[in-house]
Amino acid sequence: MNDMTPDREERKSSLKGMGSSRKRVEDARFTQGKGNYVDDIKLDGMLSGDFVRSPYAHARVVDINTEAALKVPGVLAVLTAKDLEPLGLHWMPTLAGDKQMVLADGKVLFQGQEVAFVIAKDRFAAADGIEAVEVEYEELPVLTDPFEALKSDVVLREDLDPKADGAHGPRKHHNHIFTWEAGEKDATEQVLAEADVVAEEMIYYHRTHPCPLETCGCVASMDKVNGKLTLWGTFQAPHAIRTVVSLISGIEEHNIRVISPDIGGGFGNKVGAYAGYVCSVVASIVTGQPVKWIEDRMDNLMTTAFARDYWMQGKISATKDGKITGLWCHTTADHGGFDACADPTKFPAGFMNICTGSYDIPTAYLAVDGVYTNKAPGGVAYRCSFRVTEAAYFIERMVEVLAIELNMDAAELRRINFIKKDQFPYNSALGWEYDSGDYHTAWDKALEAVNYDDLRKEQSARVAAFQRGETRKLLGIGLTHFTEIVGAGPVKNCDILGLGMFDSCEIRIHPTGSAIARLGTISQGQGHATTFAQILATEIGLPADSITIEEGDTDTAPYGLGTYGSRSTPVAGAATAMAGRKIRAKAQMIAAYLLEVHDDDVEFDVDRFVVKGAPERFKTMKDIAFASYNQAIPGLEPGLEAVSYYDPPNMTYPFGAYICVMELDVDTGEHEIRQFYALDDCGTRINPMIIEGQVHGGLTEALAIAMGQEIAYDEMGNVKTGTLMDFFLPTAWETPHYTTDHTTTPSPHHPIGAKGVGESPNVGGVPAFSNAVHDAFRAFGLRQAHMPHDHWRVWKIANDLGLHG
Amino acid sequence: MTDKLHIKLTVNGQEEEFLAEPRELLIYTLRERLNITGPHIGCETSHCGACTITMDGKSVKACTVFIGQANGADVTTIEGMGSPDALHPLQSAFKEHHGLQCGYCTPGMITRAAKLLEENPSPTEEDIRFGMSGNLCRCTGYQNIVKSILAAAAEMNAAKEAAE
Repeated sequence: MNDMTPDREERKSSLKGMGSSRKRVEDARFTQGKGNYVDDIKLDGMLSGDFVRSPYAHARVVDINTEAALKVPGVLAVLTAKDLEPLGLHWMPTLAGDKQMVLADGKVLFQGQEVAFVIAKDRFAAADGIEAVEVEYEELPVLTDPFEALKSDVVLREDLDPKADGAHGPRKHHNHIFTWEAGEKDATEQVLAEADVVAEEMIYYHRTHPCPLETCGCVASMDKVNGKLTLWGTFQAPHAIRTVVSLISGIEEHNIRVISPDIGGGFGNKVGAYAGYVCSVVASIVTGQPVKWIEDRMDNLMTTAFARDYWMQGKISATKDGKITGLWCHTTADHGGFDACADPTKFPAGFMNICTGSYDIPTAYLAVDGVYTNKAPGGVAYRCSFRVTEAAYFIERMVEVLAIELNMDAAELRRINFIKKDQFPYNSALGWEYDSGDYHTAWDKALEAVNYDDLRKEQSARVAAFQRGETRKLLGIGLTHFTEIVGAGPVKNCDILGLGMFDSCEIRIHPTGSAIARLGTISQGQGHATTFAQILATEIGLPADSITIEEGDTDTAPYGLGTYGSRSTPVAGAATAMAGRKIRAKAQMIAAYLLEVHDDDVEFDVDRFVVKGAPERFKTMKDIAFASYNQAIPGLEPGLEAVSYYDPPNMTYPFGAYICVMELDVDTGEHEIRQFYALDDCGTRINPMIIEGQVHGGLTEALAIAMGQEIAYDEMGNVKTGTLMDFFLPTAWETPHYTTDHTTTPSPHHPIGAKGVGESPNVGGVPAFSNAVHDAFRAFGLRQAHMPHDHWRVWKIANDLGLHG
Repeated sequence: MTDKLHIKLTVNGQEEEFLAEPRELLIYTLRERLNITGPHIGCETSHCGACTITMDGKSVKACTVFIGQANGADVTTIEGMGSPDALHPLQSAFKEHHGLQCGYCTPGMITRAAKLLEENPSPTEEDIRFGMSGNLCRCTGYQNIVKSILAAAAEMNAAKEAAE
């Protein structure tokens, strides 16, 4: 019955279901200039709002004089904290349990902080108004170093009682936010004390920024006649934004409609709730007209949602033959002026406790201290699950340092410590249950693909040639085997602001056999309209081309927590499959009725239900769809619809093996990436073309982070990298060609076995690039050099090692 | 307030005439005045290329062109490149080879690539990577953009040969 006859194969491929490299349905509008991004929205009477921002990183706001600004032609109003205070909107809650000033309330805590909101007839008049607002500041001492902040008498957050607990327990100092621990401290310290070998290093993962090409923005429109607020914006989590807006504004949730139109890239930057959203809503309520707020690039880089800034002190112990026995990590996390991370509530340091990586480490301990400084708030997951890229970078550097300590090959050290295939599901020392993996197979495939042994020989020959004075270029082989943790997450331990991190899908089948499915997620380029239709095509047997996917409108889509942390496929993808299965279950009953047999006597076959043993007797899903609307079937309601709210039983654990081969010029610090091989295992593959595209993109963001991108401050707290002149985004010229590969180890608990992939290449890519730089200088004694490895810093490594003669 | 300028220009074959403040930038003329929203704003400093258009036969970043500089100009944006029934080969190739993800850089990319192929109808991968280096993409890692442009070049050359 289920043999793959040519006819059956044709029927299957015409569905363009899972596994097909289906072309994207989104592309027609994007390639013809018909995308609809937030700044494309134009409404009658729409006003423009923009911020007066602080030039200082830490200062008292003594006075704000708006008189001159109000005389500027086109300026309608200027909002300050005093105007928002009666509404209780001068502060707002952050997603991390802290609170944040919407507009400066007596002081500013970072350069670029929002001080006043100018509302004008257009953005040019708003800019004129901003120029005319006079703000008197009194400068205060600036703290940009988290270690110094923890010792300083300077109190950054005067609004907080230093003796009271924070959102995540006791605070040790007035600039301390939280301590978060995982694993066993005493046992780990004992293992370290008794170990043959211990390697210790400080690994710094610098502050950077997701920098999507489209900045953040919104349009707020308060319809005073009907009492309805519509808010369009760059929201990676539109439902959560609706709930937050309702909670802080007091407008009932059914009277708020949040719409995420097309989003020009997110990468974590568009998860949070920003002052611009709140001020636009207030401005629309005050003026009765729609108000648009769009960040410029400098606003974006300076103020909304930075990423990383983790100082990770690590110790790793092993037997003399290289078996890892223990891992210890103390992280000092620089959160800036407010704790505005977007982590699940119980995880103030995200999933940093995935830092045992791909290795079977029996004993481990992690502590993270969050610290306030005079920098912008954020700490979002920039193309990674919550703090997973920090964790992966930490362990992949520590393993390299251990290899140096043991005088071992770093590939071999990894191999002897990998969690073995038969150990899954694997309980890690820091509390996770890894669902599935086959690390050895992936690793061997990767090493073979790049001819690893030959590369090492070439590297040794190069070192010898360098020492003989025959070349000034070194060769680095950057290895990484990463394990991700994505798909947040199970409601039992994952929530944001008390909202469980399930996700959802609602399907309606139309009478003629096409369908619409709506989800709680929102694409920012991932191609959901293409891939979710493929999941459904396979599940319900209607062609993907006949299924519309809609996301991002809270009035029509079921509630979900949005798209970030590679959660769409693991959570909403599962909801889609489950909702599809509900459709199929009802379709089976309809088919049995039409075929006049018992429900159990029909079975699903690609696009139809057939009578068991009589394949010529069948009803296609198209027939069944029509029947559901025109037949009175005893015991069944008309129509064919289903909804699923999926609470995942566990996270998913994608993994991969990446190898970067890099040439480094000792005299100029320049690099050339000769080869980059990326093997990803994301479980069941829905659309290989889209997976490959995600990997290329994530690797390029990793390249940027590892090799040049940073948000840097001077000692006065001035942002030194606030434009695209200073903030590195690689062009096509600097970006290498990538070779992608895969293994497939399905997730055992996910309905279709998929794990998620969008963020793996960033998580694995950063250590691969960085390890290549380190590896090139290993023969000359380099153990650790902080990122980003721009030309100057690489030159400095060579200089410090005495390689400039 | 400075006197307004009397501007005439042609956009996608359509003549436009209006008064504008001298500080008006071409990207805003297109997007806000003429409702041509294909070209996007990513940086307003000429770095990202999301606003790339063709002006008098050259690839130009519309975010840093004062409207006075565009007086009398002939401007083509993504909207002027093809129609739903007759796509430009680059528009089809970008879809076919997954040369875009979020789509924000795409109008600028395709507009720039069209000019590049006019200047060099048979570019190598290196020519493309260099010739497109004024246009940033945060999603694709460029590999499939390069692939799309190579494919479009091959298709356009084949069509030209067939016509000759």
